[in-house]
Amino acid sequence: MNSVPVLTVKPWRALFDEKFHVVVGNLPPTQEVTLHSLHQSEDTDYWEAFGHYVSDAQGRVTVAKHESFGGTYEGVDPMGLLASMRPIPGSRTGLRFRIKEVHTPMVVHISVYRGHLSQGFREQLALASVVTERWCMAPGVRRVDITEGGVTGTLFLPPGPGPFPGVLDMWGGGGGLVEYRSALLASHGFAAMALMYLFPDAQKAATIGFHYIENAFRLLQDHPLVASDKIALLGTSFGASVALSLAVFSETVKPICCVCISGSHVLTLKANQSIAESFKVMKEHVHKSRMDENNCIIWRDTLLPIPEDSDLKVDVGRITCPLLLVVGQDDTNWAAVESADDMTQMMERAGNSHLLTTLSYPGAGHLIEPPYGPHCRACTFVLQPGQQRVVVLWGGLTKPHAVAQEDSWEKILDFLQEHLCHSVKPHVQSRL
Amino acid sequence: MVGTFPLLSVQPTRGLVDEKIQVVVRNLPSALSVTLHSLHRSEDKDLWEAFGHYTSDGQGTVTVAKDASLGGTYEGAEPMGLLWSMQPVPGSRTGLRLRKMDVFTPMVVHISVYSGHMTEGFSKQSPLATVVTERWYMAPGVCRIDIREHGVRGTLFLPPGPGPFPGVLDMWGGGGGLVEYRSGLLASHGFVSMALEYLSHDKNRTSDIESKTYFEKAFRIVKEHPLVMKDRVALFGLSFGASVALNLAAYSKDISPRCCVCISGSHVYPVNKSIPDVIMKMSEHGYKTRFDEDGHVVWRDIILPIPTDLGEKVDMGRIKCPLMLVVGEDDQNWATVESAKDIAQMMRAAGNEHLLTILQYPDAGHLIEPPYTPHFRASNFIVPQTRQKVIMLWGGYTKPHAVAQEDCWERSLSFLRQHLYPSPDSVPKAKL
Repeated sequence: MNSVPVLTVKPWRALFDEKFHVVVGNLPPTQEVTLHSLHQSEDTDYWEAFGHYVSDAQGRVTVAKHESFGGTYEGVDPMGLLASMRPIPGSRTGLRFRIKEVHTPMVVHISVYRGHLSQGFREQLALASVVTERWCMAPGVRRVDITEGGVTGTLFLPPGPGPFPGVLDMWGGGGGLVEYRSALLASHGFAAMALMYLFPDAQKAATIGFHYIENAFRLLQDHPLVASDKIALLGTSFGASVALSLAVFSETVKPICCVCISGSHVLTLKANQSIAESFKVMKEHVHKSRMDENNCIIWRDTLLPIPEDSDLKVDVGRITCPLLLVVGQDDTNWAAVESADDMTQMMERAGNSHLLTTLSYPGAGHLIEPPYGPHCRACTFVLQPGQQRVVVLWGGLTKPHAVAQEDSWEKILDFLQEHLCHSVKPHVQSRL
Repeated sequence: MVGTFPLLSVQPTRGLVDEKIQVVVRNLPSALSVTLHSLHRSEDKDLWEAFGHYTSDGQGTVTVAKDASLGGTYEGAEPMGLLWSMQPVPGSRTGLRLRKMDVFTPMVVHISVYSGHMTEGFSKQSPLATVVTERWYMAPGVCRIDIREHGVRGTLFLPPGPGPFPGVLDMWGGGGGLVEYRSGLLASHGFVSMALEYLSHDKNRTSDIESKTYFEKAFRIVKEHPLVMKDRVALFGLSFGASVALNLAAYSKDISPRCCVCISGSHVYPVNKSIPDVIMKMSEHGYKTRFDEDGHVVWRDIILPIPTDLGEKVDMGRIKCPLMLVVGEDDQNWATVESAKDIAQMMRAAGNEHLLTILQYPDAGHLIEPPYTPHFRASNFIVPQTRQKVIMLWGGYTKPHAVAQEDCWERSLSFLRQHLYPSPDSVPKAKL
């Protein structure tokens, strides 16, 4: 009777940003095996990752401690089976991994195969196969559609009586309503509102601007379960520019702190400006777009050179709240690194650089998101307004990008907790 | 406390019923008296709760796994006290027993932290914070199948994966009906497990179960399932189910279990009789029923004294497979301690005592179930043959009973793995 390997994943059901522990036991010693992960996305595409291992003398493979000798990831990488996922051979091109449905988990099949395989997983019978779930919403988190006051968004509330510190969460130029980061923030104790501010309809888009963002902030403040004096801004890409603009230009809205991921102060949203008007700057510089050898668009240069004139950028010398900047050094979409450097200089000149923290990650691209989701270096992008599809180069290499996502998310949560939750001196605590 | 947000976390947010949880409160003022409280609404809509009194440390943290509860439903450093010490809230109906009948949904538990050391009135006071944790009887990917074959009625649980897997025939006690949750958990640990109904609440059905053939058919269904290793099937029984298991293991020609786990059972059992006859024979000893000071029924003496006549007890010398017996020393329902002693003597005399392992737990009662679920010293019970409603005294005291449940489950899983999972070599390996 052949031995039957036992494969376990702890925890079976985890939050999307939680680590898991994959162990195979009951193998023969020094057996070559492949650990494989498989996920069918909401768009019905298949994503997979795999690592080549050799069982130890006790017949075990412990992913957190043993080395992968090859596959989609190498070395000791506890989360490689998730973070290095990519579309299976034969998939449509330009895929981007996105989570739209937050009520149901991401389901991942983890299997162990005999030998070191790199393909043909479907044709071979696994030795063992289990299922693990990755959830964006912790139990008890409540999802509320927001449509009042002309604002469109989704609010996620933690369980409990509240009040909760709040986060206004703004994604980037892709538009639409991306909810999963707010759902995760609520799972960590924040009332987080994902805000839709880029609309496909050009007529509507013309009416959305600075005041819309201010209204959204006030709506969050006024919610009975939100602590009105403890609200942060979190923005990615264009959303980061919006956040910086609000923090500096608003007379009425005062965030306690700001987190800006892969953003730039060169794109400004001034009071009385619409988002469309703000975008016009981009259109003027679009001739600076380049294409790489695969015809993927590189938009990095559109914001360069960083202008000297502070009227042409958000004057962060005037910011009065702590600011956390997160940038990827291989960002081929936005000149986030140069922008961060310029912001540092502006704040040093103005004397408020003690408010600034910059996290800069070598090898990371533009799309720095909560950890353990797959990375995409280039993928299709829908331009708003107008719905034109292009393929954009975001940059980043899989492993350093995964490192950036894991590290930055932990630091973002700590930063939000430090400024929103603690009234006493904060202490260091391990999270993930 | 103005301006601070106590940070309450529970990990995992979604766990299996037999997994430990970590409950931590941070960001409290130091040396603050708080109460940690758990609340669960059962399928029968009763409310169960537990609570512990703590004092935050110098960093304003309470770590349930390490800090001592100063009082409440449990005391001392008890990582799982908020679950196993749960009891019906004041004003509840009497004689309640907590059982999960729908295995597709989790037990939902609200964990809250309150200011001060409270012992009542939790529903009237607003907690400082609340989180929610789910406790599941089924891991993702476990499959549940109704079995209605050849007159056999049960539920089969299959682990995910290609198999093959060892099998378990899972039999509960004299309360009858179809209890699935233990089989769901066993499948989550890599065993194909069938929960068998053999004492129906429907009077008309029990007459179908005439003799050993019913159990032999059930065993064969497990054994012959395409995903089961046919020579690696165990019997797992609790209470009356344990007695049935012993009888089958000793006398059935068709059933050769690889090993047996018998919890709170006795070998005192009229051999080779149908279930209805056995029950009738037992009721002839009904005059030995006692009542405690609360009027609760004590059946402990019914099988005492242990008979010497081999027609009245299973000949344990005939057991050919490893047997694990689990008994609670405060079992008020069945004289399992005396039975275990007699079993050991019989096996010693017959020369097969090397097959026997006895786990004997001081101050544990009769209903030794999977861990971290509440203990009840007595509960409502419907006597199968008369349909009479009584309150049955099971015995045991909360803390030692919880200790017994935790240890017994771990040892049972280990025992099943050791005997049912073929290992690649003959060297004993570390527990998975």
